[in-house]
Formats: sequence, structure tokens, C-alpha cells
Amino acid sequence: MIFIARHAVGDRVRGQALVAHDGFSARYDLDRIHGTFSRPAHKLAGQSYVGKILVLDAAKGGVATAWMLREMAARGRAPLGLVLNSVNPIMAQGAVFGGLTLLAGFDEDITARVPPGALVELDPASRKLEVL
Amino acid sequence: MNLNEVERAMLAGEFGRAAQAAIEHQVKVGDFFAAADFVPVTQAHLMADTESLGEAGVRWLESLCEQEPGARVRVPTITDPRGTDFAKASLLRQPTFALDLERRAIDAFRRLGVLLTDTCINYQTIQAPAHGEHVAFGDTGVVIYANSVCGARSNYEGGPSALAAGLTGRTPRYGYHLPAMRRATVRMRVECKPESLNDWGALGGVVGRLAGHYWAVPYLEGLDGVPGSDALKHFGAAMASFGSIALYHLDGITPEAGHADGARLPLSHTIGEAEVKALQGAYASEKDVDVVVFSAPQLSLYELRELAALCDGRRFSRPLLAVTSPQVKPDADRFGLTRKIEDAGGHVLSGMCFYQSYAREIAEANGWKRLATNSAKLVNILGGYGYVPLLASMERCVEAAEKGHL
Repeated sequence: MIFIARHAVGDRVRGQALVAHDGFSARYDLDRIHGTFSRPAHKLAGQSYVGKILVLDAAKGGVATAWMLREMAARGRAPLGLVLNSVNPIMAQGAVFGGLTLLAGFDEDITARVPPGALVELDPASRKLEVL
Repeated sequence: MNLNEVERAMLAGEFGRAAQAAIEHQVKVGDFFAAADFVPVTQAHLMADTESLGEAGVRWLESLCEQEPGARVRVPTITDPRGTDFAKASLLRQPTFALDLERRAIDAFRRLGVLLTDTCINYQTIQAPAHGEHVAFGDTGVVIYANSVCGARSNYEGGPSALAAGLTGRTPRYGYHLPAMRRATVRMRVECKPESLNDWGALGGVVGRLAGHYWAVPYLEGLDGVPGSDALKHFGAAMASFGSIALYHLDGITPEAGHADGARLPLSHTIGEAEVKALQGAYASEKDVDVVVFSAPQLSLYELRELAALCDGRRFSRPLLAVTSPQVKPDADRFGLTRKIEDAGGHVLSGMCFYQSYAREIAEANGWKRLATNSAKLVNILGGYGYVPLLASMERCVEAAEKGHL
């Protein structure tokens, strides 16, 4: 299965998808020390995001993620990539600043199409998400 | 992106390495959103607490200064709250590494010519932007207020992008810099009358959740009367926090509502007292309280006046922290408001915001878990930091600081 995003930035990456129809904010949702989702109400609460390709619904919350993605990468506590139905400027700015691969904006709900745990490849140059 | 002569020169390094790095970052962001060109901005507001930056972010700032020692911002660039109030750091039991990082970041910002205003209520304390003014603001509460109440034009500008805008004097023209993007996209009707700031915040949270994403522009009908600045501050900050919303229109109230074409939309949602109470009820899981916090956004002089009156004559059994800006604090001192709050056992902190001040570390150091506040934005954030956040009116929170429970 191949899906084309409207927005993309970063390097080509391949990894395991961590999928939920929920939002994403590094400040609101993550324990960045331990590398886990920490907001109790989040559908991925308790799960490790480190080295995973996160497939989520919408960018949420404040502006801190723009700094945090780089800080997480520097400590080896970053996701490998981020895929969103709806992006906001903060995620794009944070991905550019932090060197994270980001794809966003699809014609269908991407969280319903990527199987949890699937191996996926993100290719920003062609704005392509492929389920391998 | 189409670049003019000045921008091409910046990109080529003719304006220095800092401006070059800044515009390189901006071009990548602009390309991501298919921005056609840049728009000049008059001011930038920069979120940069060191819990967000970490060692990596602070080192990046320092390297920017070292690569070009004379680099300075080109337009007034001010800061959001810092990660501490140095005068109260021992009270909060903040870790030493956090204070060291803060000092290093402050030094770097000073070298870049950034004005360390340390406030998330700059529209109340520094300079509110004018209708139609293009700005590069960080802090979602600042952006939504500037766009919606002032009629200014800004996207959410995270710290690196706001600093870039300060260094180049411009920002990519996409999103809410474009008139077409400012039209209403979802119409809602409000059938309740928010009274307290907590009510306004909860209503904003409900709207934010329903609207759901950054590109949604809610158009609200049915509000009775014109809310004041503090009510709209809590309303917008919570809407931005719960929904990533950057612009709303209030029928008959906000400056662009008449041009937003909201009335053409089908009615999507009706919000009554039940919806507002449901959101408030979701943050009422405990009665006992470890700490009471008034923050997010920082308190205005009028909020501190109200708080001081509520504190008068009480004696607190739990810590009560009231956080304001460095611009408001001296007035609160002069008018005796700080003294009334601190005579009751509370503390007035300045230039920080609670959730931006190593909230996880100070919770562990102080044994704080159950936190009462009147800020809907704050309760939305703190769950991820391990707190049990409790939402109540300012009056009930003050009572809780005295009795130890809500």
C-alpha cells in the first residue's frame, strides 16, 4: 500500500509504525526522559515511541515541540519519523529544526490505513508512505 | 519560494551567518507549506524555556552567537516566560542543572539583542499588535489572542522560527498571513453564559476539541455581551491548547467576525452548560490538594487584585503559587497585592510559567501530585507531567489552599 502526503520534509526512513487515532504534542503527551507516551488519556499511554514511526491524527498543543524534537534526537529519545493527518506549523518547524522526517495531509484517515506494528517507509522526496 | 533581492542576499550569507541560518530554516518551512514568498513582520515573540531547549537547544543558541559575535535581531524580539524565577527557585526546588541552562540561554539571547520580557501576556503588558499587522508570535495563547482579538496576522511560530523571524525581519507567507485562510470554517452556537475565568477556559477547551486542528477557524454565535481581556485570554489559551486553534471569530464581538463568512456555514455544534460542565468534571477526580497554582497564562494585574482580595485574612495549609509577568509584578508589589497573597502564605512568582519550569522535577522534589488551578490550559498540559490536575474557580482554589481540599 502506498499513500501520498501533501506535505513532507526530511530524509527517507524505514521503521515500525506506532499507530493511533489521537493527537501529538511532545510537551503534552510524552515523558521525554524515558521515551514513552505519558499523558494518561492518550491512546498510546505507556508505550515507547523511541525509534518508531508515529502515525497519528493531528498536531496538538503548544509550541514547545519546535525545540523538543531536536533535544530528543540529541539524547537518542526521538521517534524515527512522524506521520499526521493534520499538521500545524510547530510540527513542521520542529521537524526542520530537529532533522526529523515528517509526512502530513492525506486523502484518507492515515491512522485507519496503516496497520499497527507494520514496517513502513517514508520517502519525503516523493511524499510517499509505503507499507512494506 | 520567490525571494527578493534582500532575501537572496541573506541566503547567500551577505547579512551574516546568523541571518543566513535563519532564512535557510524559514525557506524549508515555507516550502513545506508551499508559501509563495515572505512577509515582513514588525515584531517577534519567542518561546524558549530551557526545559524545551535542553542542552542541545542551548548549545545551538550559543553556537549561533559564537559563529557571528555581532549578530543581532532586526525587529523587536521578546521572550515568553523563562523556566524559572531565580528569586523563587529554591522554593520550587528546581534542579541546579536547570538554573545553569537558564543562565546560559539568557546570556545567548542578550547577545543576540533579544529583549527578555519573559511574558506570555505581551498583548496586555508590552504592545498589542494592530489590526492587519503581520507578526511572528510564539506561545499559542499569544497567537490566538493576537489573531482573534487584535486582528493581527500570525501563525504559531515555535522558538527556532520566531528567532529566525527576529533575525531576518520576515516570515514565510502561509496560513494566517493569507486573508483566505482567516475565513470561518466551522460554525458553533453557544447556549450558556460563562462567568468565571475557569468557565471561559472550559468553554474554550470545548470549542478547541470540537474544532480539532490548526486549520479550523471556529465562528461562534450566541455569546451575550463582550467578554473582557482576561476572559478572552483564558478562552483563547484553552482553545489553542485543546485544539491547536490559532484564530476564532465571535459574532458581533471580534474585529473580523463580520468578514469571516461564518453565517454561511451550517451549524455544526451547539455548546451548552452541560458540555462546559463535562469538561470541568473531567478534572475533578480528587478532593485533596497538594498545591494550588494560578498560571498559564500569567496573571494580569486585575487577576492578582481579585486573588489578593480572596487571600486577605486567610492562612494557607498548602502552597499557593501565583505567576505573573515581570511587567505586572512591580505594580502588584506597589499596590500591596503581593503582600496580601504572601501574608496568607502564598507566593507571587514572576517571569516564568508553571508548566514551563521543569514541572516534572519540581513535582518529584516537592511531593506535588494533586494540583488545583483555575486554568483550563494548565490542566490539559499537566497530566503528561504526572500530575492529577483539578480545575475549579479561583475562589474554590483559594479555599482549597486554606483547607487542603476542594
